[in-house]
This record gives sequence, C-alpha cells and structure tokens, in this order.
Amino acid sequence: MLRIDCPCCGPRDHDEFRYGGDASVTRPAHDDSDFEAWYRYVFVRKNPAGAHREHWQHVLGCRQWLIVERDTRNHAIASVALARKPPTKQPPTNKSPARKPSR
Amino acid sequence: MSSNSKRLAEGGRIDRGRPLEFSFDGSKLTGFQGDTLASALLANGVSLVGRSFKYHRPRGIFSAGAEEPNALVTLGTGGRREPNLPATMLELADGMGAESQNRWPSLAFDVQSLNSLFAPFLSAGFYYKTFMGPTRRAWMFYEHFIRKAAGLGKAAIEPDPDRYEVRHAFADVAIVGGGPAGLSAARAAANAGARVALIEQDFEFGGQILSERPGSEAAAWLQAVEAELEGFGDVSLMARTTAVGLYDGNVLGLVERRDDAQAVGQARQAFTILRAGAIVFAGGAIERPLVFSNNDRPGVMLASAVRTYVNRFAVLPGRKAVVATTNDGAWRTAFDLAAAGAQVTLADLRATLAPALQAEASRLGIAVHAGTHIADLRGGRAVMAARLAGAGGETEVDCDLVCVSGGWSPTVHLTSQLGVKPVYREDIDGFVPGPFAAGQFGAGSVVGGFTTAEAIETGHRAGIGAASYCGKTKPVPAALELQSAKLPAAAFRNIPAARGKAFVDIQMDVTAGDIALAHREGYESVEHLKRYTTLGMGTDQGKTSNFPALSAMAALRGATIPETGTTTFRPPYTPVAIGALAGRAIGRHFKPIRRTPMHDWHIANGADMLEVGLWMRPYFYRGAGRDVNEAYVAEMRFVREAAGLMDISTLGKIDVQGPDAATLLDRVYANGFAKLPVGRARYGVMLRDDGIVFDDGTTTRLGEQRFFMTTSTAKAADVTSRLEFLLDTAWRDLRVAVSSVTDEWAAMSVAGPRSRQVLAAAFPALDLSNEALPHMGVIEGEFDGRALRIIRLSYSGERAYEVYVGASAGEAAWGRLVEVGEPFGLRPYGVEALGALRVEKGHVAGPEIDGRTTLDDLGLGRMVGKRSGFVGDVLRRRPALGEPNRQRLVGLKCLEAGKRLSGGAILFKQGQTRQGHGRGRITSVTYSPTLGAYVGLALLAGDVAMGEEVVAVHRMKNEAVRAHVVSPVFLDPEGERLHG
Amino acid sequence: MRRYSALSLLANGLAGHRHWQRAWRAPEPKRSYDVVIVGGGGHGLATAFYLAENHGIRNVAVIEKGYVGGGNVGRNTTVIRSNYLLDGNTQFYEFSMKLWEGLTHALNFNVMFSQRGQIVTAHSADQLDFFGYRANVMRLNGIDAEILSRDDVRRLVPYLDYSDTARFPIHGAIMQRRAGTARHDAVAWGYARAADGHGVDIIQNCEVTGFLREGERIVGIETAKGPIAAGKVGLAVAGHTSVLGHKAGLELPIESHVLQAFVTEPLKPMVDHVVAYGADHFYVSQSDKGGLVFGGNLDGYNSYAQRGNLGVVREVAEAAIALMPCISRVRLLRHWGGVMDMTPDASPIICPTPIDGLYLNGGWCYGGFKATPASGWCFAHTIATGKPHPLNAAYSLDRFRTGRTLDEAGVGPFAWLQ
Repeated sequence: MLRIDCPCCGPRDHDEFRYGGDASVTRPAHDDSDFEAWYRYVFVRKNPAGAHREHWQHVLGCRQWLIVERDTRNHAIASVALARKPPTKQPPTNKSPARKPSR
Repeated sequence: MSSNSKRLAEGGRIDRGRPLEFSFDGSKLTGFQGDTLASALLANGVSLVGRSFKYHRPRGIFSAGAEEPNALVTLGTGGRREPNLPATMLELADGMGAESQNRWPSLAFDVQSLNSLFAPFLSAGFYYKTFMGPTRRAWMFYEHFIRKAAGLGKAAIEPDPDRYEVRHAFADVAIVGGGPAGLSAARAAANAGARVALIEQDFEFGGQILSERPGSEAAAWLQAVEAELEGFGDVSLMARTTAVGLYDGNVLGLVERRDDAQAVGQARQAFTILRAGAIVFAGGAIERPLVFSNNDRPGVMLASAVRTYVNRFAVLPGRKAVVATTNDGAWRTAFDLAAAGAQVTLADLRATLAPALQAEASRLGIAVHAGTHIADLRGGRAVMAARLAGAGGETEVDCDLVCVSGGWSPTVHLTSQLGVKPVYREDIDGFVPGPFAAGQFGAGSVVGGFTTAEAIETGHRAGIGAASYCGKTKPVPAALELQSAKLPAAAFRNIPAARGKAFVDIQMDVTAGDIALAHREGYESVEHLKRYTTLGMGTDQGKTSNFPALSAMAALRGATIPETGTTTFRPPYTPVAIGALAGRAIGRHFKPIRRTPMHDWHIANGADMLEVGLWMRPYFYRGAGRDVNEAYVAEMRFVREAAGLMDISTLGKIDVQGPDAATLLDRVYANGFAKLPVGRARYGVMLRDDGIVFDDGTTTRLGEQRFFMTTSTAKAADVTSRLEFLLDTAWRDLRVAVSSVTDEWAAMSVAGPRSRQVLAAAFPALDLSNEALPHMGVIEGEFDGRALRIIRLSYSGERAYEVYVGASAGEAAWGRLVEVGEPFGLRPYGVEALGALRVEKGHVAGPEIDGRTTLDDLGLGRMVGKRSGFVGDVLRRRPALGEPNRQRLVGLKCLEAGKRLSGGAILFKQGQTRQGHGRGRITSVTYSPTLGAYVGLALLAGDVAMGEEVVAVHRMKNEAVRAHVVSPVFLDPEGERLHG
Repeated sequence: MRRYSALSLLANGLAGHRHWQRAWRAPEPKRSYDVVIVGGGGHGLATAFYLAENHGIRNVAVIEKGYVGGGNVGRNTTVIRSNYLLDGNTQFYEFSMKLWEGLTHALNFNVMFSQRGQIVTAHSADQLDFFGYRANVMRLNGIDAEILSRDDVRRLVPYLDYSDTARFPIHGAIMQRRAGTARHDAVAWGYARAADGHGVDIIQNCEVTGFLREGERIVGIETAKGPIAAGKVGLAVAGHTSVLGHKAGLELPIESHVLQAFVTEPLKPMVDHVVAYGADHFYVSQSDKGGLVFGGNLDGYNSYAQRGNLGVVREVAEAAIALMPCISRVRLLRHWGGVMDMTPDASPIICPTPIDGLYLNGGWCYGGFKATPASGWCFAHTIATGKPHPLNAAYSLDRFRTGRTLDEAGVGPFAWLQ
C-alpha cells in the first residue's frame, strides 16, 4: 500500500489514485509530426530499477494529476507535486518513510 | 485418562471457576476459561494430536504459540469447517469441537503411517525422479494418488456463513507485540503523547511474562503497566490480533479473531488496515528445536512452551522430563518443572556451565549432564526414553517429556516481508532485522535483547523514538524496571549433526538427511533447499525450522551462516482466512451495481435486466416477446415503424468548458470540432496515442466556450481521465475545465418516425420543428424545475432525439414520454434491440472498436480527411496499419434460407481450406426484420472484395453458412429517415 | 548424466541416497563460449538445452545472477494453456503445449505436467459468444476447446457460486482439457540438468555487469567472475530486461510490473482443474501438495520489488469469494510478487536485436511460464541461425514501429496503467 501525500488532500492510499506511467517521457506537441518522437513517447521506456518520475491521478479525491518520484525497488516516495506546477521537493514526512535501496 | 489428570492443583492464569466443555475427535473433555485448546488437551493427557504430512508419524503438541508445526486441528462443520488451526492459538471455548487431521481411519490407527516403511524411497524430491512412465500421460495416473495423500485438513465446499469486516485505522505509533518490550514501548510512547496501537496475537498481554511463575514480581509489573495503559484515552490495546503483513507506507495488516462473536451475528474476524506514523517491532523470538533422531515424537516440546504450560496453564505435561538445551534459558524450564513436582534430567550441550545455575539445579534435585545432547528417543505414540550422549558415553533415561531448546530466533518476518534482508549476529547466533527504515524501530528479542530487563529497556527507548518520530515529545517517566528478570545472557552453540530420522521441519517431514541429499545434488542455495525439500512450506512457514536448516546447510557447505544466506519471509505471518481480507465486499457488495434513475420503472414494467459494466440496463421488455429473440425483433419494429424509448443514462457525460474548449476537442477527436457551430452536435471518434480507435461518441456545442460530450458506457471513466491528463500534463496552456456529469443527467432516446410527435406532446412549450431542431441540433429547456436538453441524434438510423434531464427528474420525464407516447405507438426497447438497430444501420460499437482497429478499418477514415494534429494521428500512419489486406469492416448478408449467422464465426473464402484464422470474423449479428434475413458486421481481410461470397464457420455450433460481403449499412444508406 | 527412474530411486534408496550425483555441475566459467545466455530462469535454461539438443551447439554457458529458477519461473502460478486468439500467438502457444506434453521424457525429469483442464467461466450471453469465437479459433487451429453450459460447469466444478444471489451468475464456460499446470521449479531444474548433461555450463551467483564490445558488435559479457567472451549473447532475463538492455544500449518498449501470486494452506483435494473467473481477475488451481494457488491482476505501477501491495490482495480475495464462496474460510498461507516485463501489446519479444551479436528474449508479461519450452526452442533457433523461427517471427522488436502488434486484449500501449 503506497501512501501518496496528495498536495491537495493529504496522505492517501494509492488505491484512491490512477497510475499514469512514466512522467519523464516528453509528449510531443500536438501538431508535431515527427514519427520518431511519437514512437519514443508512446513505446520506449527507461524503466529504471531506482528513482522513477511518474504520473498519478487522485481520481477519488481532487482529480489532479500528480508527479510522484518513487523508487521502483522499494517504493519509497521522495516527492509528490501537482503536474500542473513544476515539481518541488517536499520534506520527508512521517507518512512516507524513505528507505535505503534494498539491493 | 481422567479429566485434567495433568492439571496442577493450583496456580496458572486459568479460571478454575469457569470450566469449559469441549471435545477432541469426539471425546468429551473439560478445560477452563483461560486455556488454549492445546493446554486443555495437555491437561487431559492427550499426547497424540496429529499425523505428519508425508510419513503420517504420530505427533503431539510441540509449542505454545503460532509456530506450532504439529497440533493442527479442524473446527466446525458444514460451511463453518475450518482446517489446519494450530491448537496452541485457539482460545478454548465452551462447546468447541476439534478434530484431528490427515489420518484415516483414526488418529491412533492411521493406514498411511505405512508410508514410513517406504521412507527410504520417499526422500526429498523423489517425485522428480520417478512416476515418468510408461506413457507420456502416466503422471496423470500417479498424480491422482499423490494428491489424495497430500494436503492436511479438508476444507468445506459449502459457502462460509459467517461475516468478516475490514476496518481502516490510524495511529502515531503501532507496536507489534504486547510482551514486556511492547508494553514498555507503548507506555513510553503514550506518555510522550502519541496515539498508540498495541497489537498482541495472544488473548492476554504480557508475552513471556505470562510464563513466569504466578505471584512473581513480573506479574505485578504486568498488572501495573496494563493499568497505566488503560488510563490513556489514545491507546488501543488490541489483543487476539496478529500483525500479519507489513506493507509500504508503514501500513500494517492486522487480523483480529473474535471467535465468540459469530454467535451474536457479529463479524468473526476483523481485518484492520493500520496506517502508522511509526512502528515498533517487538514481536519477540521463537525458540529453536534441536535436531536429533526421532525428535518428533509426541512428548517432545519446546522448553519455553513447557514452561508456559506449567506456569500459565498449570499443566504438567510430563512427570519425568528430560531438558536438552544449548543455552541458559531452558534451565528455567527445568527449575519450574522440578518445582511443580517433576523428576528432571538436564542435558546441556555446553561443557562449562554457570555455577549459579548448577547450584539451583542441585537444590531442586535436577540431574545435570554437561557436554551432553540427546542422541535418540525411544517411543512411538509417546516418548518413553531418551538416549543421552556425552563425553562419558551414552546413557538412557526414562521419560515422558522432552524439553528442547536450540536457542532463539528473533521474529524478523515483518520487516523481511518488505524486502529488508535479515542480518546475522554472531553474539546471539541468529538473525535480526536488517537496517530499519525511517520510522521503524525494534525492541526486545527482535533486536536480540532476550532478557526481560533488556526488553523493557529497549522497548522504552523505541517507544520514545517512535513517538518523537511522529512529533510527540512530551517528557516520559523512566521505564518501570523489573530487576528480577535479569538472567545471564544466553549462550549459543551449534549442535552436532544428527543421524537417523531427525526432523528439521517437523510439519513438512523434512529430515537432516533430506538436507544432506539436497546438498549432495547441488540444491544448496537456501532457496533451492527450501523448494527441493519443501522446507518451510507448511502452515507454520518454517518458524522453527528455518534456522536449524540454514545452519545444517552451512555446515554441509563448509560456509558461514551469512554466506549461506536466508530466505525471504512472505506475508502473512500466520495464515489468514481469505474472508477476512474481503470483509464485507462480498455478495452484492462485491463490485456494486449501478442503477439509472429509471431503474425502478424498468423493473416495474417487465424489463429483463442485463448487467453491462456494472450498470443494470433493460435487456428487453417481456411485454414485447416471450424471450429475448422474440422481443428484440418486436422492439426493432416499434422503432422502425412508430417510436421507441430507450434508457441511455449509462452513457458517459462530460461537461467541457473554457475559452479553449473547442481547441481541446479539436485535438482529442480525430475529426474536427473547432468549427462546430453553437447549437449543433457532432459524432466524434477518439484515437489512442498509438493511432488505434479508442472511443466514439457525440459532442454538442452549447455555447462558444461550453460543450457537452458523451462517451460510450464502457470508456466513460477512461475518457475523462485522459482529458484531464492531457490538460494537466501536456496542454497546460489550454484554459479548459472538464467534469464528469454522468450521474447528474438521466438520458433517454426517443427514436422512430413518430418520435417528434411524442416529444412535442411531452414538451409542448418547446419548438421541435425540423427548422428549430434539425438533425444534429440541440435545444435546452426545463422539465419539472430541472434542466432539460434535447439533442437530435440517431443511433438506430431513425429520426431520433436524446433527451437529457436532471437525474432526479429522470423517472418523471420517462413517465411523461411513456404516457403521451402511447397513442403514437411508443414502446420502450432494450439493449438487445438497440444493438440490432445499430447493426442494421452499420454503426460500429464495442465488438468492432476492439482496441485493434483503425479509423480506416472501421470505414471512418473519410471523417478525418487531411486533418492532422489530433491525438493518434502520427502513429496511425505506421506502415502495417495501412496495408491493403488488413481486415476492415464489411456487412454480411446470409445467403442460405433457414440458416443464421453467428457472432464469432470465422470467415473463409470460397474454396479456402477451413483451418487457421481464416480471412476474418463476424463481430455482430442480428436478424433484420427490414431485410427479412440475418445480417452481420464483420472484420474481413481487404483481399475479399465486396460482392464476394464467404463461408462463415462456427465450429462450436457446427455451422458453415454462406454469406455475401456487402456494405455494412443495410438500411437507408442515404440517411433519409434521419432528416426532415 | 545418470538417468532418473523408479529403479534408480529404489537402488539409491536402499543405499541411503549416498550416491546421487549433482543435478548439474558447478563449474567455474571458461574464458569463452560460442553462446552465452544471460539469465538462468526457465527460458534461459530451455534455450541452452535446445541450442545443444536441436542445433548441436554445446559450448554454451548460462549466467545467472542468483540461483537458477529464482526468477519468475519459480514464482508463477504454473498455468499452462494454449487458448490464444491472434494469428501468431495461437500457433506459438500450441507448439509450446505440444512440447509440454513430452517434456518430462525429453528432460528425464518429472515436471509433473498435469493436464487437468482449464475452465474460464462466462457471465453473460455476450461473453459466452465471445468464448465461442475463441473456441472457433482454437479448433480451427487444431487445438482442443469446448464450450460448456452452466450445467456442465456445475457438474465439473460444483463448489462455485450457482446460487440466486451470485453477483455474476455463471452462464457457461470455455474449457481446454489439455491445459493444466506443471511443477514450476522442476521445469527450471529439469532444463538445467538436461542442459548440463549436454555440456552446458551453468554459472550461478554471477551477476552480469556489462558487455564486451568490438566496435558496434557485442562479443561477450562482463561478470562478477570476470569477462567471458561469447560468439553470441542471448538475454533471457524477463522482469529485468530493461536493466540489462540498458547496459547493452538497447532502447526497449518494456515496463516492469509486479504480478502477485497466492497460496493457501495445504488442503485435501478440492479444486481439480484450473478455474479462471470470467467476471474479474482471479484464477485458481490446487497444487499437488494441496495448496490452492491463485492470482489476480497486476499491482498497477512500475516495480522491481518482488512483493505486492495490500489493495490487490484484497481485490483478489473479493473476486475469489465471488466465484467460490467456500474459499472464504480457507486460509491464505503466503503471497508474493514476481516482476514482469510488460510490453505495449502484452505479447513477448524473441528476436535478433539491432546490436550485432545480441539476441533478446523477454517481454513475457504474465504469460511466460506456459511459453517456456517454445520460447527456448525458438530462441535457440534464432540464436543458432541468426533468424527467427516462423513461430516467433511475429515477436519482433520492431513491431511497435511498424504497427504489426499482437494485442490480444486490445488494451493498447501500457494501458494496464490507465
């Protein structure tokens, strides 16, 4: 059970959220006709074992799309920010303990 | 055996004033309030309680806790039958009826105990090496018998009649374990101002203190701390509750047993999801057995368990006891046994023993053998004698009880579940949790503090630390000390290698020999060992066997224990009823259905309801026909010839507003929306980013900056989220807000040649003329004080209107339409007719928009023309998506009288061999009353031309039907019915 | 390699089991091999076996970071079926089924392949029609399939919910009788032992840290035990394909996700088939040891942690009870997670890569176990010949570029996330 500290609603269980995948891929402009750019945006993933910037939407709350920085090895969440604003680091909270990577 | 023959005359924490009747395999027995089933069985002299998994060897009660490998019983009958319950964890209740397991015909005479004779051939992994012939399917024959022999208890196949519940809880500090460490931590954290949850699996708090002699200083300590904790308003004392799982975000899964609750209709178990600011792990340690020949005989017990039975339950399990140990702890068992009147022999593996212990032993008349271990046991269904081996040779000692202690294993399970590897500590010869995460703390035996004094001290510090982590830092009074508990620290040793049938995992019947065999065959990593021998796979999850097995493998490999490694523990810590995890989300509470505002009308008016993506929708109305096949054709006729009324409230509805709303729609739909005039609606198709069709629907422009979008029922949530995603992450410059209004509006479609007359009669204030409300037009008004919106859209191909009205007025509006529509022949129709009408008209829906089709596949490419810049535009141009032979939408008309087309039939060209995937398939079919024939939509390869004949093969229905490939629009291709 | 048989078991049993050989050797790596397979899971070991068995390539090493069979081959729910819809998938999985049917004998290791039949329940007329389509495809491709009525289902699996209050009433089912389960560990060990018998070196506890290159070409690997040269390198590390692919310089259409698996306490026989719930994510079978083995849906976010979240545990429990009310009182013994390579169309990748000398086998999503024999067979062919076998021709890496994807469920790229 991830606990995501929603900037609007406070810490909530992740099953209130909808996952939106890798937030590090850049969506080409809507009228960008570059095939390669779209191919990479839609299909190619770094898929790191480690820090991962990703989208989550608080569907059962404020419905905001968020950008969450999470370690895919141990699910420690380093930051949560509204996607509409540039992400900022938040101080570690009691609710989402940071842990050293386990391997 | 006489009743309570092994019960001591006095002492214990049982309530002798409250006797409880229970039965075991039909024998009526008596115990007391405060007993466990295990203590009550022992008190009654029941030594044989089960048969082992593989060899069906007789087994007795081995422990006094969750680690119990042997004493597994079945409780209950019918749907309440529950197998594999450790008797040590069952709080005795009046009328409890327990049965032993894995024996036939009876516990005493078990036919499968013959397995022992074949033991030489039933070595670890024997089944991998045999049962292979004579034929390729031979295993199917052998497996039948192996399956019957395996398994422990028998589960019910009737539904479970009892209730469970799931609770959500929060705490600053959660403390796992209510022994001295946990109690001390709770006291400190509560004093610091934290909201505390103290979790204890036993029905009493106290942990090891409960096993101290009655009247001891420890008992007084326990009473004082419990009283203090009860005084705090913010401390939840959760007894009978096991922390079974630790999950990310400091979330604990707790199972509370309320075995007496089912009688009064309450949940029998509650699963609590506890979100904690900080967690203190104070779950104690589990004593290790010793590995020697026949160490599984009934009467062999963990030394600490014996002490628990003697002191807590006032049961003397044996009168002639041998205590075999590698450490100081078990000496206390010897002392307490002797004090309770048993004759005790103590064999300590260590050559040098503490003088203080020896003095006490001598005072109590205990025969002490230093440098001695048990080599073998004699006895079958009960132990009779122990053969002791030491420097001075071997001696045999008669006994009816053998107490063993091979040291202690801290409970590292919960932290290990989260991926924290346990680390080995030489000084305690055991594993402790790896580095704790922020907000996690350990106390007591978990971190190697085995004495009560250490537990209290480390608990106190962990409690302060945990509270402080949560920002609770009120001053805390000093720990309540318990001086008497300061025993010398335990010393630990490796034990000599065993011979004969020496069990390491008693439940799974894994012997020292099996471990040696696994090593010999190269299964030497701990995970291979576990998987090859089934070590630790039993209901006890190897709580007592894990470490002895590791040390045995380490010795065989000539490696250290850290080099050998350890396994990962998996949740749950103890087995959990699946019902407890589901709680109330069963029956109609599992994925609750959704009802439209007109639901009750449908039910009252003979609708046969169909569930579609959790929505309940009218399938057909029984007034139209006896069954669906008769009814849907009749309902189609109403629509084609007069007027029909359909509940379409399930459509997704999205309000789109803002200065850039038109721009948003222009980008998300493949066809253009920027130039849609105010007051007009348009059919639109959305693509996924990869260029495949995602969803279709209509959007109506209500104002310059305001649109009303509908989506398919299935995709409503996905489309909303997708729009929000694009606006929040990609197109942040667009000034648009989207909001789902699906539940705010009731929606109904009035379709058919007389639809306008019906509407005009229902809403006389509105001008519904073709000029005022042409096809694809919209007007807004009011009904019953609620907003009314009529959009002229057609799915059926007839003149049709979608009527949207505020949800609370839905039923009234529907009623009005039914009432005024009757003279015009208006009748309600269901989804089967709806689907049939759209097939006749060649409209695509879910079966065609199957997540693999493109605009061109569906014949929708022309809507897009040369537009670009919409979602999915670039990747829809991928080469394979434009290949000429791709399957595309066509119509099929059945060519054979008296035959029908079937959905899911595979299409072959005339003369083509009827095997493989064919040239396509039928996606949707209907009988067309207009054409008087079966027609269908199909996805068919581009190399089959219009007008060609194909064969539709439905193997499962033994059908092969000829059909013509035609345009998918079977009805009114010019759209004349829609207009005017 | 000494053969296993009832006789050998008898003889060894009488001799106190002192004479059994190692199932496979524990060699130190040589400096060079013709082929190095990275990944000692089911697919990697099967590939090594078929390289030797089918292509005579025996100078092969399998390099495993931990212990063989420690990945998904030892963590899955062991279901084997060949009921795929799409041209390409249908034939591949049926080929795999045929290999399964002879695998115990091919390996001289009892993998306990048990063709107890898989039943997928249907909960509406439409769903049953769709199963009819699936069954048509299967039968027309020479695969067994049956459509069962509600009464048929009730006769075969009486413990499901046939009550009036069933949340999703059972309308019928599709059944493949040849489907079933196998003992997962035995598959890994059987291939390891048989490959070893052909001279393949299985190197455990040897992490691959990088790749050796000559110009653009990959000519070996860097490992914890030093560099190892290789004529060809095959990656078979599903779950961690991105991690190693990244080291090799591959850009991959893969995300790693956790799928959980569950087992109950050992029970006397109760579930004699593989039963899958057509109304939600839940499927169950009973192991020979007696535990009910079941699974559900993905956890739903990128993960390399071999453990799952509580939300999915509860969803699976709910679905389990909805299908099978008696399971409520059965107790869950363990749950764990496996890391899956998820591809954008949920179909696998077996192909040469754009990097010379490097071959890729991955993207198994949740379907890897049943594919093990065919995957090894086809990957061995691809490595040996440099070209895909007709059966894995569809599993190319470039299909996402061309649009020739195999999206069985029609959910689109990474749509399980959304």
